[in-house]
Amino acid sequence: MTDYKIHLLICGGTGCKSSESDEIKKSLKYWIDEANLKEEAQVVLTGCFGFCEKGPIVKVLPDNTFYVEVKPSDAEEIVKEHLLKGRPVQRLLYKDPHTNQQISDSKGMDFYKKQMRIALRNCGFINPESIHEYISRDGYMALGKCLTELTPEETIKEVKDSGLRGRGGGGFPTGLKWEITRNSEADQKYVVCNADEGDPGAFMDRSILEGDPHSVIEAMAICGYCIGADKGLVYIRAEYPLAIERLTTALRHAREYGLLGNDILGTGFNFEIDIRLGAGAFVCGEETALIHSMEGLRGEPTFKPPFPSVAGYLGKPTNVNNVETFANIPVIINKGAAWFSEIGTEKSKGTKVFALAGKINNVGLIEVPMGTTLREVIYDIGGGIKDGKEFKSVQTGGPSGGCLTKDFLDTPIDYDNLLAAGSMMGSGGMIVMDEDDCMVSIAKFYLEFTLEESCGKCSPCRIGNKRLHEILEKITKGYGEEKDIERLKLLSNVIKDTSLCGLGQSSPNPVLSTIANFEDEYLAHVQEQRCPSGQCKALLKYEIIEDLCTGCTLCFRNCPVGAITGERRQPHYIDQSLCIKCGACYEKCKFNAIKLS
Amino acid sequence: MNPIESLIKDLADQHGRKRESLLPVMQGVVQQEKFLSEYSMVEIAREMDIPAAEVFGTATFYSFLETKPAGKYIIRVCRTITCAMKGKNQLLFAIQDMLKIKTGETTPDKRFTLLETNCLGWCHKAPAMLINDEVYTEVTPEKAREILTGYMKDI
Repeated sequence: MTDYKIHLLICGGTGCKSSESDEIKKSLKYWIDEANLKEEAQVVLTGCFGFCEKGPIVKVLPDNTFYVEVKPSDAEEIVKEHLLKGRPVQRLLYKDPHTNQQISDSKGMDFYKKQMRIALRNCGFINPESIHEYISRDGYMALGKCLTELTPEETIKEVKDSGLRGRGGGGFPTGLKWEITRNSEADQKYVVCNADEGDPGAFMDRSILEGDPHSVIEAMAICGYCIGADKGLVYIRAEYPLAIERLTTALRHAREYGLLGNDILGTGFNFEIDIRLGAGAFVCGEETALIHSMEGLRGEPTFKPPFPSVAGYLGKPTNVNNVETFANIPVIINKGAAWFSEIGTEKSKGTKVFALAGKINNVGLIEVPMGTTLREVIYDIGGGIKDGKEFKSVQTGGPSGGCLTKDFLDTPIDYDNLLAAGSMMGSGGMIVMDEDDCMVSIAKFYLEFTLEESCGKCSPCRIGNKRLHEILEKITKGYGEEKDIERLKLLSNVIKDTSLCGLGQSSPNPVLSTIANFEDEYLAHVQEQRCPSGQCKALLKYEIIEDLCTGCTLCFRNCPVGAITGERRQPHYIDQSLCIKCGACYEKCKFNAIKLS
Repeated sequence: MNPIESLIKDLADQHGRKRESLLPVMQGVVQQEKFLSEYSMVEIAREMDIPAAEVFGTATFYSFLETKPAGKYIIRVCRTITCAMKGKNQLLFAIQDMLKIKTGETTPDKRFTLLETNCLGWCHKAPAMLINDEVYTEVTPEKAREILTGYMKDI
């Protein structure tokens, strides 16, 4: 292998890929050849860097220069200026939005400064399609250590002592789950990786599988060793084609290198992993539903107990963990439980990956120690709210979670604090909303999602959510009454109490939490038929400002329902009883004479 | 043996005939045929010795297992909250206008089917859509027209 002095890392996550990262790679290679640097510089397509807002990103090692929004045509300059003359290309460097200073080293960027990457340790550093690169960063060392130095009990104790809790949302202690599965007696057991990530706003599992698939494979093998299983299954959603492709490649390489299959590392331990594709059903993220789906049944949840750890796939003990949980395991084994449990808060150890999306400047994936405050996440790492608007709320935990207002900005994030604040950790999606977002519509939106994805097995969820949605629809249309708010609360609590699975039990959370935190918005809708953020179209009123109207008749001619009247060169009027609020007049008016109220 | 029968037999040989192989077999048929016809469902039931009603029940549960005829290219536009915030509706209108079909319909030439889907996991690059196995992100109406023109040329 050639010993390269310079490494150019290009983000090959799907986000950057769709913005031509393949072209950039080709172009860089071409200019490197031209400059005769073939022996010295290497171009690598890696997993996601997380800073998707400014993609495509090119990182130059060893000096850690971080180029943002690179185009294929920039390759020539990067090679000629930076690689040959040692002068970083200033115009492509990241500019700090606060100080307007250019920062060349990514370590100096606020976005990376407060982060600590454990689960995402390799994403953006290695080529996910090369097992060598994973191994060179201590890959499969943890598996080797477990198989040769530790007994299964010792390994489980290490995981237990680390305090790692399930990252899929529930927060169940991982080590304990492994122990229960180990203690269940059976002739066959299974390790299942839940990669059926479907929460709106969450994409960390996809990024880990796209950027570092071997870490999940290694951890599944370790889990198999601990619980006494020789068979692993990854249930991954069909919506993630690139992740499926990368995982398939990684599995093939692991088999070729004897890290999967029979007699792994000569220790007599056998382990094999298969991929099962989901088919577009959100509820299959629930572990019993996931297991039924793998059994070839409808993906409907069933009552627990028995827990999958006792009777799961095909009735055999099955250990189901989420992708991010698995990605933490090799590090815990390598660095030790003591190291891991130093990080985080008293009851939530380690780090958590969050997916930032919505009205925030730096969208993308971040990983922070548990106990980081929302303010640090949103303002320091996320760079604040888009267009200098005011922060209103952040939705965590997807359709099962709730929204947190600015009162919670200084709450340290961990499992228990989020629950106490009326939301939940969930898988880690964070959708940030600003002053322009209507909270009633947001609640309605999440219910639409649940309605669509409810499996229909039990009536509180199937029918109850439908009714909740109808009431919200009524409110956003302007026909709501004050009693409706009470109805929403009552029905929500019934659904919570009587649904079978986690999806139903948590489905009214967005409604309850928006009522709790933004009751004034609900009241404005039902009492004054007014939407404070101007999002509910039916409640909007288009009016013509007399002083500004020149009587050009443009609005009159464009109104599809003839609701506008007025003489030429005289101010026009909108008949509110006819207006359908299509906004055509508002868009056409050249004099800003139409206002929204 | 007609092509569908032999396809199903091959898939069953490959994945096995146990109940847990049902999904992979159905996915194999959908990949080839784009949808599961009543005929293929009955064939699967026969080949795998599972009641036809159960095959139908399982197939209709999953949104990626189409049971209605679908076009060569299935367009799935993400309708989830972040995509909705970033102009999913305009995107949908642009596609509807270009293909002259509504959501849920297939073009008469059987080339395109337009569907909405739940979160595709591209919330940071919204709005997103999937055409068969290809992901497109930050799709503006103009970009959508360009992409579809590309597909239209491809016969």
